[in-house]
Amino acid sequence: MLEVRDLHVSVGDNEILEGLSLSVSLGEVHAIMGPNGSGKSTFTNVLAGRPGYTVTKGKVAYEGQDLLSLTPDLRARAGIFLAFQYPVELPGIRNREFLRTALEALRQAHGEPKLSVREFNKMLDEKAREMEFEPDLMKRSVNEGFSGGEKKRNEILQLSVLNPRLALLDETDSGLDIDALKVVADGVNRFRSPEKAIVLVTHYQRILNYIKPDFVHVLIDGRIVLSGERDLAMELEARGYDWVREGAESAAD
Amino acid sequence: MTQAPATYDRYLADFEAHSAELAAQPSWLRELRHQAISHFREVGLPTARKGNEPWKYTNIAPIAGTDYMYGVAPLREPTVEELSVTAPWCTVWHETVFVNGRYSAGLSESHATHEPREGLGGAVVGSLATAFGTHGDLIREHLGKYAHLDYDGFAALNTAFLTDGAFVYVPDGAEVATHLHIVYATTAGEQLVSYPRTLIIAGKQSKLTVVESYVSLAGGGYFTNAVTEIALDEGANIEHYRVLLDRDAYNVGVTRVRQDRDSRFTSTTFETGAALTRNDFSVLLDGPGAECRMRGLYVTAGSQHVDNYLTIDHAQPHCTSRLYYKGILDEKSKAVFGGTVFVRPGAIKTNAHQEDKNLVLSHEAEVDSKPALEIYADDVLCGHGATAGALAEDALFYMQSRGIDEAMANQLLIRGFASEVLDGVMEPLREYLEKQTSAALPRFREEIVT
Repeated sequence: MLEVRDLHVSVGDNEILEGLSLSVSLGEVHAIMGPNGSGKSTFTNVLAGRPGYTVTKGKVAYEGQDLLSLTPDLRARAGIFLAFQYPVELPGIRNREFLRTALEALRQAHGEPKLSVREFNKMLDEKAREMEFEPDLMKRSVNEGFSGGEKKRNEILQLSVLNPRLALLDETDSGLDIDALKVVADGVNRFRSPEKAIVLVTHYQRILNYIKPDFVHVLIDGRIVLSGERDLAMELEARGYDWVREGAESAAD
Repeated sequence: MTQAPATYDRYLADFEAHSAELAAQPSWLRELRHQAISHFREVGLPTARKGNEPWKYTNIAPIAGTDYMYGVAPLREPTVEELSVTAPWCTVWHETVFVNGRYSAGLSESHATHEPREGLGGAVVGSLATAFGTHGDLIREHLGKYAHLDYDGFAALNTAFLTDGAFVYVPDGAEVATHLHIVYATTAGEQLVSYPRTLIIAGKQSKLTVVESYVSLAGGGYFTNAVTEIALDEGANIEHYRVLLDRDAYNVGVTRVRQDRDSRFTSTTFETGAALTRNDFSVLLDGPGAECRMRGLYVTAGSQHVDNYLTIDHAQPHCTSRLYYKGILDEKSKAVFGGTVFVRPGAIKTNAHQEDKNLVLSHEAEVDSKPALEIYADDVLCGHGATAGALAEDALFYMQSRGIDEAMANQLLIRGFASEVLDGVMEPLREYLEKQTSAALPRFREEIVT
C-alpha cells in the first residue's frame, strides 16, 4: 500500500533523509528504530505532509497515488493518520467538536452520510472509555493543559475514531509510564487488522513488547541500514546502535 | 494638522439653535451645558496627534472635517422586528431604545418604569429627561462627575448637548432580575451626529446586568459621540456589556466607572469594526476591596480602525483588576490598544493584570499595542503583556492532518481565539456575538455564500 523509493528530504540546507526506501503492505506493522537525529520523525512528518520539509529526490506512492502531491488534509482523507510526537494545543476548540468536525470531513470525502450528534457522541464515549480517557477532557480545548500521557491517549483516541488505513505513530511511547503505555498499545492493537497498516517510529524497544511488529528497520543518518524481524529490536535494545552503524559504514566502504 | 473652524461653527450653531430646550432643564444642568460648550469652543476636537499621547495612533480628521447634522428625526420609527435582527435581542430583556439620539417610548418598555416594576426589583429605568423631574437631586450628584466635561473635546461636546439619555438607578440592596438593554440605534445614513448619554447608579449591595448596544440600521458614516457614567456604591455588583456595531460609522465613546468599597464590576466590550471606533474606558477603584474585570473582543476588516484606550486606576488598597482584550484583524484594518494600570501611592496589596492578544490574519493589518503599568505603591502584584501573531502553522497542520481543510481549520482557529473572551458572555448574547464575529470577517461571509 505504501512504496517509498530513495527518499531525500532537507530542512533548509540540511539533508535529513538520504535515500530512504520502504515498502509496507496491508496488515503489516513496521517498526522504525534509530538513534536521536537519525530522521525518524522527519520520515513520518513528510508522509503526513508537514510544511517545512523539502523533498529533493525520490517518490512515495500510497495505494497507487503520488502521495507527495497531496495537501495534508487530502492525505488524511486518503486514509493516512499521524499520531504526533508532540500533539498540538488548540486553544478554544473543544476536543469533542474538533473530533466531530474531522470525522465529518472524512465521512463527507468518502461519500458517507452525516452522523447525528447522538450517534457520534455514543461512539465517541465508547471509544473514550476504551482509552480510559477522562470524559471531562472531551469538553476541554484540544490538548490544552493535558498531561503528556493524556495528549498521547488523545492521539490514539483520534486514531480509533477517525479509523484510517495507514497509521503513522511518531514516538507515541515516549514520556508514557507503563500503565499509560499499555492503554495506548491496547488502542493500537485494537486498530490493527488485515485491512490496516502501521508504521511505528520509536527510540525504545519497550513498546514493541506490547505492539509486536512484523518488521523492524534501523534508520541511521537518513537511511535504513538494516531490516529484520522482531528479534532485531531485542538485539538493538541489548547492544545499542553502534554495531549497526559500524556494520553499515564497513559495508559502504 | 489644521482645525476645520467651519465644522466647529456648526456645533456651536446647533447649540444656539437648540438653546430653547435648555430653558426647560434644571438650572444646574443648564450651567453644566454652558460650561461644556465653552470648553469645547476652547479645545475643539483632538485633531493634533503629535505629542498628544491619547490620540497618537488615531486620526479623527474625518470627524473634524465633516459637517454633521444634529437633531434630525428619523423618517420613520424602526420596528421592533428591524431592531431585533440588528441589535442583540432577547424577549425577556428590558429595552430602553434611542433612535438617532432620541428616546423612543414606542420601542422601549420603560415608559412606565419610573415607578417600581416587577422583575426590576425596584430599579428605575428609562429616559434621563423624564428622570430629571423625578430623581433630579440624585442625578445631579452623579451626572458629569465621572466623565468630566473638561476631559476632552468629545466629552465636552456630548455634555453640551445633554438633553436626554438612558437612566438606570438601582436602590440600595435591590437585585434586578431582568437584564437591562440600552439600545442606541441610528437609522439615517450619512452625516448625522448623536450624543448618547447613559447614567447608571447602583446602590449599596445592589446587583444588575446591563447591555449597552450601539447599532446601525441603515449603514453610512454617521457620528456617534457617547458618554456613559457608571457609579457602584459599596458592595454593588454590575455585569456590563458594551456592544459596538456601527459598521461604516464613527463611534467615539467615553465610559467612566467609579467603584466604591467591595463593589464588583465585570464588563465585556465587543467591537466589530466601524470606520472608527474609539473606546475610551476608564475605571476608578475608589474603595478598598473593589474588583474590576474587563474583557474585550474587537474584530476588524477592510480599512476599519478600532482604538481601545483603557485605564484602571487603583486609588485604594486591596483592589483587584483584570484587563483582557483580544483582537482579530483582517485585510487593511488597524487596531490600537492603550491600556494603563495606575497604582496610586498607598494602594498596597493591589493585584492587577492586563493583557492584549491579537490575531493578525493579513500582512496589511496593523496593531499598536501599548500596555503600561504605572506603580506608585509598594507591596503590589501587577503584570501585563501583549502579543500579535498570525494563525499558528503547527495548529493548522495538526487540523489538516485530521482531514479538516485549510479554510475550515482557519475558521475553527479564529472562533477558538474569540471564544476565550466570548465563553464568559451570558446567553443569548454569546451566541449573537459569535455570529457577529464571523459576519465581521469577509473570509467567512464568502464561505457562507458559496
